[in-house]
Amino acid sequence: MPVISYIDAVTQALQEEMQRDEKVFVLGEDVGVRGGVFRATDGLYKEFGAERVIDTPLTESAIAGVAIGASVYGMRPVAEMQFADFIMPAYNQIVSEAAKMRYRSNNTWYCPLVIRAPYGGGVHGALYHSQSVEKLFAGVPGLKIVMPSTPYDVKGLLKSAIRDEDPVLFLEHKRCYRLIKGEVPTEDYTVPIGEAEVKREGDDVTVISYGLTLHFALKAAEELEKEGISVHVLDLRTIIPLDKEAILEATVKTGKVLIVHEDNLTGGFGGEVSALISENAFFELDAPIRRLAGPDVPAMPYSPPLEKEFMLNPEKVKTAIRELAEF
Amino acid sequence: MATDITMPQLGESVTEGTITKWIKAPGDPIAKYEPLCEVATDKVNAEVPATMSGIMKDHIASEGETVAVGETICRIDEASTEGNEPTSAVQENKATPEVKTSKEGKEENKTSAGTSEADGDRSMKRRYSPAVLQLAEENNIDLEQVDGTGRGGRITRKDIQRVIQSGGMTSPKDLSTAETSVQAPSQAQAPGLELGDKEIPLSSVRKTIAQRMVQSKHEVPHAWMMVQADVSGLVKLRQKLKDDFKQQEGINLTYMPFFVKAVVDSLKEFPKVNAVWGGDKIILKRRINISVAVATEDALYVPVIKDADEKSILGIAKAVHNLAEKTRMGKLTMEDFSDGTFTVNNTGSFGSIASQPIINQPQAAIISMESIVKQPVIKDDMIAIRDLVNLCLSLDHRILDGLVAGRFLARVKERLEAYTPESAI
Repeated sequence: MPVISYIDAVTQALQEEMQRDEKVFVLGEDVGVRGGVFRATDGLYKEFGAERVIDTPLTESAIAGVAIGASVYGMRPVAEMQFADFIMPAYNQIVSEAAKMRYRSNNTWYCPLVIRAPYGGGVHGALYHSQSVEKLFAGVPGLKIVMPSTPYDVKGLLKSAIRDEDPVLFLEHKRCYRLIKGEVPTEDYTVPIGEAEVKREGDDVTVISYGLTLHFALKAAEELEKEGISVHVLDLRTIIPLDKEAILEATVKTGKVLIVHEDNLTGGFGGEVSALISENAFFELDAPIRRLAGPDVPAMPYSPPLEKEFMLNPEKVKTAIRELAEF
Repeated sequence: MATDITMPQLGESVTEGTITKWIKAPGDPIAKYEPLCEVATDKVNAEVPATMSGIMKDHIASEGETVAVGETICRIDEASTEGNEPTSAVQENKATPEVKTSKEGKEENKTSAGTSEADGDRSMKRRYSPAVLQLAEENNIDLEQVDGTGRGGRITRKDIQRVIQSGGMTSPKDLSTAETSVQAPSQAQAPGLELGDKEIPLSSVRKTIAQRMVQSKHEVPHAWMMVQADVSGLVKLRQKLKDDFKQQEGINLTYMPFFVKAVVDSLKEFPKVNAVWGGDKIILKRRINISVAVATEDALYVPVIKDADEKSILGIAKAVHNLAEKTRMGKLTMEDFSDGTFTVNNTGSFGSIASQPIINQPQAAIISMESIVKQPVIKDDMIAIRDLVNLCLSLDHRILDGLVAGRFLARVKERLEAYTPESAI
């Protein structure tokens, strides 16, 4: 199997889906001639032309609105938010229109729509190019939120998202784009939305994570093995709908759970996972559920030392796991 | 400085071993890894290697004595180079039983380190987590007696799991109950001896068979079904092939490989039958490893044909032959017994025409192939003489229901009936 990067997996999924179904088209800022600021849509303009790879004005509300309208008419738009930070102007469209369309029309209308957005820090993006936005959408029924961590999952899940009949928010960690590489089959495959995956088996501490921090957890697990601490790592992959069974299974495995995400702690998705566990697996717990998350400060600092302080890393995850293991 | 050598753990389920022969006598020099003695455990004969160099001081256990895992069997005088720190040497040796797997060894170390460290701070000793309380209750564990390795002397879930794994509590009270339950079958019905009666002490193999049979019958709700297959084609086929086969391969062509093949192919179709009971779940096994019952004069062994689904009739025939040979020579190893997923029992070889086999735990089912008997049957409205065989299946009704088991059995029957004198093998 060829080894490709996380962002190549995005491009391949888009290209193959556009070849498969002519109703699929992409729109966003600089996605056409320029091929996207991260090059995620590189080559698509040349292959599919300006009709199916549409450069839009700098108006996120319009990008979302146009995509929603087109999807209701039977098209399959993949809208790109250049940075997840800029999704705020489109919030109303996504929350009040896309997420509610099927419900308020009693199944008559629906939005087979994907909104892609690069999120997360660690790339010296400072305040407006580093935010994690999943918690702002996680409590909105009607939306699916996919947050893959590996190229294999990116490609398989993006295909599933495009083929899904309802709106999917597809959040790509931008630090992963060229950092994370992995084997991806050349033949067509999909990864089902709503299924978590055990990325490593262990029996001392369970780590539940997604996106970039998942890789920190795997790294930490690898190093801790030498200290005799065996770590079980669950990759949520999709946060809505949530794979509750997988979370409870992973909990039972060790009785000690650490939830890790880059989004800040308060109101972060880890709280939801934690509540689920204590409601359903209280008698399996051998330690209080722990969360490791970004700090509750307004935004990613521009200063490199402060950015480093803000970001999680394998070392921080390691310390948290070790504390739980010793508890 | 003399060091105690203990009975090693010679397999997952092994709890004790009988010393059959001392290889090293007191006074003999010993190099590390040299065998000290031969030990017969439940199913395997093994040698106990030395964990250190030195001189055999004395035997604590004598030949013929049965010793529990972890108990001292002999003492070795260490090579006199290191004579200092006598107390710590003894402690260290106790904490690392020799043949444990590396992981278990590590945990043991952690335990002892944790307890000594905990002497300072025991504030968390009685802070029990929900998981610990539940496990303790389910397994009748007195938490006061358990040492905690967690922070502040807290008892962790792993501490409890270790206690459960090592066979429950180590307090004298619990030990005695454990013993009576194991020996119950022999003690309960021991009638008085009359003149001329002969007493045969139980060998460790006999004891294991007794224990496993009682356990299986006691724990597993057995259901039973039987179908009859017309194997006239197979009988003719074997008749035709067997002389050439013997000449070419040097082993007899029996019906067993055909039975095993039909079972294996059908297991592929019904993964639920190739399963094991996992307490709170059913585990469908990916590999198909067939346990075959091999009888000797005084015992029954069930060695395993690994990955039987990758083998041809010839491959299975050879595997069965090899395992039977090994059994007769007493050369089966732990490896030969492990990982079976389904058992095939050839009761027909004793002339039986129907039997109710006891399930080989934790497997889901066991099949016995009975004697092939010529019988008059109605075929196409005429009386014909056909070769018939009964296939008997015992199933664990927790895992399987009659429907799936019945379909499975029907497919085994179909496969056996499909052989004709012209079939290629």
